[in-house]
Amino acid sequence: MASKPRITKAYTLGFAAAVTMVCSVLLASAATLLKDRQEQNVQLDIKCNILSVLELIESKDVEAQQAFSLFDDNIVSFVVDLNGQQINDRKAEDVDPKADPELLPVFARQDGFELTAFCIPIQGKALWSTVKGYIALENDLNTIKGITFYSHGETPGLGGEIDKEWFTTAFKGKTILNDAGEIVSVEIVKGKIRPGESNPEHKVDGISGATLTTKGLNIFIKATLEKYEPYFKTVRGENS
Amino acid sequence: MSLLSKKNMRFLKDPLMDNNPISTQVLGICSALAVTVQMQTAIVMSVAVVSVLAFSNVLISLIRNKVPSNIRIIVELAIIATLVILVDQVLKAFLYDISKQLSVFVGLIITNCIVLGRAEAFALQNKPWPSFLDGVGNGLGYSMILIVVAFGREILGSGTLLGFQVIPDAAYAAGYQNMGLMVLAPGAFILLGLIIWVQRTITGTVSD
Repeated sequence: MASKPRITKAYTLGFAAAVTMVCSVLLASAATLLKDRQEQNVQLDIKCNILSVLELIESKDVEAQQAFSLFDDNIVSFVVDLNGQQINDRKAEDVDPKADPELLPVFARQDGFELTAFCIPIQGKALWSTVKGYIALENDLNTIKGITFYSHGETPGLGGEIDKEWFTTAFKGKTILNDAGEIVSVEIVKGKIRPGESNPEHKVDGISGATLTTKGLNIFIKATLEKYEPYFKTVRGENS
Repeated sequence: MSLLSKKNMRFLKDPLMDNNPISTQVLGICSALAVTVQMQTAIVMSVAVVSVLAFSNVLISLIRNKVPSNIRIIVELAIIATLVILVDQVLKAFLYDISKQLSVFVGLIITNCIVLGRAEAFALQNKPWPSFLDGVGNGLGYSMILIVVAFGREILGSGTLLGFQVIPDAAYAAGYQNMGLMVLAPGAFILLGLIIWVQRTITGTVSD
């Protein structure tokens, strides 16, 4: 048995410093080496989310190559401002909602020469974390085509259920405009939609144990839709 | 002393049955409930835990005579945390989908009592090789339960194994239904309880 070193305060401090150094060097080099691959995975995941919410792919596990080519062939992306005017010198992929809250990226599905569905990023605070996702509208810009959440830090099993299919499919076919054509957004209710509840076309079943998470979603989904409304109005005008 | 002597093999085998970390010591329950809805996530989680346990045991054993005892827990945690973050980074780079499903539970290996428990109880008193075996053994003991629970939950809850459908369509047509309970956490509790019951009957363990 090796003899124990004499423990002095200096030795303890030195030991702690050495362990810290070794650990941080290891972690820093791992993070740097793997960064490119991780970034690529995140980008692919975002594209797959856009593709699936626009119903160009059925499930999210597709080959990277296929996803990128589907994305390039079928999706046009552009940026609009708060007045609904298109901005030409910015790319939708590069818009950081924190840095430029006035730039609104749009990912539209193109079939032939027509834009048949519109996907916009949504993000905001839920209970614990910033939730990021996409919502897609049909070309009437009223009916929801799909919704997806790709990044969140909510409690797994409770608020974390927002990225599950059973929850997101409930949004399909709901509408965001009332009879007068004003934005009312969709509301995730507490518990299930009760029979006879008013305006079920604007309401979605909630998640038990995740009321605060869904409250957050309600707020930022509505806020995002209101920001895009000037642009949506112009599209609706062209369509009718 | 040979590397795989009887005594050394005991370090590997004991935690599989007689001294299983989950079913006998009832440690690491939180992650055992969370990641066992599907076999795939359970297996990846198992690999992650086995590697973290084995390496943390070896590293801690290597420095066991050097580490000042008043900061030993912090040093152990620093080593474990570093290993866990490395595993998490590798999963994010190479198995992104699964790492998303495992979400926080990879990070939570840091707080898994099995890891710190083996470091304190075993690696601090033993040489690196037995510590390695002890780490692998405990990791496998944990994995075994995880995979058995996941097997039960996936087949009963979703009718699939590793994503492939195993319950024939004819059974569904005849009125068979997947058990929703198994997809939720209580399903894991029930299965885990049954496993502990069966195992303690076999080994005759009585806890007070």
